Amino acid sequence: MRRYSAFAIAREAMRFHTGWGRAGRAPEPKKHYDVVIVGAGGHGLATAYYLGKNHGITNVAIIEKGWLGGGNTGRNTSIIRSNYLQDESAAIYEKSRSLYETLSQDLNYNIMFSPRGVMMLAQTEHEVRGYKRTEHANRLQGVETRFISPTEVKKLLPIIELRGPRFPVLGALWQPRGGTARHDAIAWGYARACSDMGMDILQKCEVTGINQTAGKVTGVETTKGAISCDKLGLIVAGHSGHLAEMAGFRLPIESVALQALVSEPIKPCMDVVVMANTVHGYMSQSDKGEMVIGGGADGFNNYTQRGSFHHVEETVRALIETFPMISRLKMLRQWGGIVDMTGDRSPIIGKTPLGNCFIDCGWGTGGFKAIPGSGWSMAATMAKGEPDEFAAGFGLERFREGRFIDESVAAGVAH
Amino acid sequence: MLILHCPYCGIDADETDLAPGGEAHITRHGAEASDDAFEAYLFHKKNPRGVHFERWRHSFGCGKWFHAARDTMTLEVFGTYSAQTVSPPKTLINKIKKKRPDWEGF
Repeated sequence: MRRYSAFAIAREAMRFHTGWGRAGRAPEPKKHYDVVIVGAGGHGLATAYYLGKNHGITNVAIIEKGWLGGGNTGRNTSIIRSNYLQDESAAIYEKSRSLYETLSQDLNYNIMFSPRGVMMLAQTEHEVRGYKRTEHANRLQGVETRFISPTEVKKLLPIIELRGPRFPVLGALWQPRGGTARHDAIAWGYARACSDMGMDILQKCEVTGINQTAGKVTGVETTKGAISCDKLGLIVAGHSGHLAEMAGFRLPIESVALQALVSEPIKPCMDVVVMANTVHGYMSQSDKGEMVIGGGADGFNNYTQRGSFHHVEETVRALIETFPMISRLKMLRQWGGIVDMTGDRSPIIGKTPLGNCFIDCGWGTGGFKAIPGSGWSMAATMAKGEPDEFAAGFGLERFREGRFIDESVAAGVAH
Repeated sequence: MLILHCPYCGIDADETDLAPGGEAHITRHGAEASDDAFEAYLFHKKNPRGVHFERWRHSFGCGKWFHAARDTMTLEVFGTYSAQTVSPPKTLINKIKKKRPDWEGF
C-alpha cells in the first residue's frame, strides 16, 4: 500500500498523478476464511480492522451486498459525541470518540475528524435537570461535558435565537471534544487498511443463506457461491432482523426509516454541532458549507430508505424557530436510511444462539459515532469468543433478563 | 405520505392523523407464561421485508384502533380492517396472495 503524505502529493504532482494506483484490491472469494463478516459498512470494516490489528486475525472476508459504506455509513449526519447517561453507553461511546481522535493517523487516511464541539440545547425545565444529571454522570464516567448558560450558548453560536416562539433556550449540555467526521472516509479508510492486511472485501455479493450443523455456523451461501468460515459476524444494521431470520433466530429489533437533509452551501456561520431534542432537530455545517440537518425517525416498519414528509416539515420548522436566519435556505438533498431499533435504544453486541456466530447491531439512530468503538469491542468479542469489557452489558440476553441499558429514557429521542 | 382508510369512520386518513401501534395479532402472555414465551411476546416482533400486519390508531379522527396490511419493501397498502378480530379477513389474505405469490402467508 502506498502511504499517503504531503511528500506523496508533491511526488504525484510532479508526474501528473499517474502513480497513485488503486486504494484496495477487488478479490474473488476464496473457499474458506477464518472469519466472515457480513456487512462492509463502518461497523463491519472496523471490526475486521481491529481483528487484524489487535488480534492478528487476517484471514477475513467482509461480504457486502451493495458497495462500500453504501448503507447507513454514508447516510447519517456524521455527529460524534459520547455524553450518554448510562455507564455502559458512556464507556463504549467514549472509547469510540477517543479512537476517532487519532483515526486519521492510525489508518493513514484523512477522515477529517473535526472536534468542533457538540451542544445539546435544554429548552424545558425537565431538560435542564436531565442534562445536569447527565453532566454529573459524565464527570464520574470520565467524559468531559459541561452544562453551560444561555449567555455561553449565544457566545459559541451567535446565529441562535435564544427566545424562540415556543421553547426558549435555558442552557445546553456542551461536549467540547465532540464533533463530526467525513463518513465515507471512515469506510474507505478502514477498507484500505483491511485490504492492505490481506483481507478480502467482496462487494456486490449478497448473503442468501447461513449454513449450519449442530447449532454451529459452517459458512454462508452468497450470490458468488458458498464460503465456509470458522466464525461469522453479522453487522448489517437495518437488515439485521432479516439476516437473523435466515440464521434461525429472532432479534428484539424493528427497522424504521430515519431521514436527513442538506441545504445549499453558504458561507461559514456555525462552527459547532447543535442538537435540539425538545423540538427535535439537529444541525451542523459541513466543510462545503451545507447545513446538515436531521430529525425524527418514522414510527412504522419500513425498508424503503425513504421516510415520511411530515418529519422533514417538523424538523425544519423546529430549526427555523431556533435559527431564523436559515428560513430562506433551499434544501438540496433529502434521503433516508433504515435503522434497527431495539426496545431500550441501546445496541446489541455479543453472542447469538449459534455458537460461533456473533452479532453487532441495534445501533438505531446513533451508529456512526460508535463505529471505531463498536469495531474494537466486536473484534475482541469475536477473537476471544466471549464479550469484552465494553460489550459485556450489551448482550442479547439482557432483554430476557430485564437488564436494559435504557437510553430511550436517558436521551428521550433519536440519538 | 402514507394514507390509510379508517374502517370505522370511512375516512382516508393522512399519516399525520394516525398513530402507529406496532405489530398486530400478537398473542399476549401473562405471568404464568414461560420465560421464552414472555420474552418473545415483549421483544421478538416480526420485522418482515414484505407483507406486515400492523395496528394503527385514528388518533386525530374517531380515535379508534384498527389494523392495516402493508408492504414494508414498497409501502403499498393492501387494506385495513377492524381491530375486533384475531386474524386478518380471508378476502384480504386472498388479495395479498394474488399480488405477492411468494408470500408465505399469515
